[in-house]
Amino acid sequence: MAMILQRFRAARAKDLFVQSAVLLFAGVAAIIVVIIGVYLFLESAPLLTGTGIPGFFLDRRWYPLEGEFGMAAMLAGTLSVTALAMLLAAPVGIAAAVFMRYYAPPAFASFYRRLLELLSGIPSVVFGFWGLIVLVPLIAKLDGPGASVLAGGLVLGLMILPLVSLSTDSSLAQVPRSHWLAGTALGLGRWAIVRKVMIPSAASGILAGMVLQTGRALGETMAVLMVTGNVVQLPASVFEPVRALTSNIALEMAYATGDHRTALFVSGLILLVMTAGLVAVAAVIQRRLKRYG
Amino acid sequence: MVKTVSSNSDGLVSLVLWGLFSLVTVVSLWMLGDILLLGLDHLSLDFVIGEPADAGRNGGIAPLIVSTLLVLAVCMAVVIPVGLATALAITEFLAPEGRWQATLLRSLDLLSAVPSIVFGLFGYAFFAIQLGLGFSILSGGLALACMALPLFVRITASALAMVPHSYRQAADALAISRVSWCARILLPQSSSGIAAATILSIGRSLAETAVLIFTAGYVMRMPDSLMDSGRTLAVHIYDLSMNVSGGDPAAGATSLVLVVILVVLNLITRKVLPDRTF
Repeated sequence: MAMILQRFRAARAKDLFVQSAVLLFAGVAAIIVVIIGVYLFLESAPLLTGTGIPGFFLDRRWYPLEGEFGMAAMLAGTLSVTALAMLLAAPVGIAAAVFMRYYAPPAFASFYRRLLELLSGIPSVVFGFWGLIVLVPLIAKLDGPGASVLAGGLVLGLMILPLVSLSTDSSLAQVPRSHWLAGTALGLGRWAIVRKVMIPSAASGILAGMVLQTGRALGETMAVLMVTGNVVQLPASVFEPVRALTSNIALEMAYATGDHRTALFVSGLILLVMTAGLVAVAAVIQRRLKRYG
Repeated sequence: MVKTVSSNSDGLVSLVLWGLFSLVTVVSLWMLGDILLLGLDHLSLDFVIGEPADAGRNGGIAPLIVSTLLVLAVCMAVVIPVGLATALAITEFLAPEGRWQATLLRSLDLLSAVPSIVFGLFGYAFFAIQLGLGFSILSGGLALACMALPLFVRITASALAMVPHSYRQAADALAISRVSWCARILLPQSSSGIAAATILSIGRSLAETAVLIFTAGYVMRMPDSLMDSGRTLAVHIYDLSMNVSGGDPAAGATSLVLVVILVVLNLITRKVLPDRTF
């Protein structure tokens, strides 16, 4: 009897030990993002004085060596390339998911899915490299220097496309099959069921996925850095080069010191806040629409 | 009047979808084909096993492969234990739908959305400068681990959640301790999912560039230790195509090597986990 009790106690002690270890590690995982945020904030703090903050967003003069840290032009660069990429990737990505799930013969659907999965694993630096040596010269034949908003939007769009379509596909997969059957029983056509039943039922997931992919596009560095020309300016057309906020960090971090270095941390903080905001929006969408779905 | 939903649009929609399918397929194959052709132009056995020369224009990529493997080893040495523990905390140790679980999940969601250049910035300032690790494989691997962790946790946690509920009931009925349940039943039962999580995290880490430029650094020499700077394959592609004139052929060959490795990993995942539910 005593021996059993002893073994029971030993097992309990082991349980407690393992539980604390597991929770400790989980705590580390949970706190990483907090540490990153706090760290960027502390590094940015010297330039985050009350009057300076609007300047980052409104001033487009980025002359870091003369102490001018306006980021409006680079913000415009980031937003224009992201917008173009999403304009391409969102409709084509949703169409791809609808095609795979409801229209394509099984062989085509599985080919398409594999192609998109393969594409989603290709490194961004490889997309950038291909854009640089293939797309940029092609665009240069049309107008401008080639390295441009258009090149950035196309490469980034192609990169985000598989992510959009795979996330849309998994949202559609969660719609109960009975919805489809009910639609068929009502004599609706294929497109009518897809448009009026399946897509609305999956809307929260699709939309939330789209918002998250926008964040991915916003934060992408390599592909954008390699094909947009990196000139700090407000683009007058899609054929003009721009510099994105992300590219700017990659280009200047190597030699930045003092306030210049601090300004790069500010731009990192801006990126972090924007992507965190998009995550929050995605979470709200998922919760709101689920309630009414 | 009853509003009818016409089925005449079905043909048109079908046409548009087939059209977009062809377009996406052609563009993707165009890109993949270009990478293949450019790579094959310059690729040889000597390229894979040789030392780089002339800023990478000539010679090979052997030291870069070694650096890449070392960065990956550091990264996974952190990601696997921390990630497994975190996934176990989510599925086993924290109250389901409770406040702590929700906080942990939200924090991981945020982490997975952090732009890679921000991990680079943070890794540089924190691991390289603050902790004094310098531009090193260790700094790079740790920064990369922060990035790969949420992906690993998400896949592992859903693999753990797929273990049938009846197993747990049986374990409870036998009064098996929690540690034994985790170590002897739960983890072995979900080993293929954990393997998939590992492979996918390795793939994501292999593809990463922006995190590593300012943490693992640029040095092309064969690394002697984890404290040496080491250039990974992805960083090599970036540097050759952007900063080295005449570096494109070598960049193409390196891209092909990297893509082939990733495709192989993708195929292994498919083998390990034929039904990819995540």
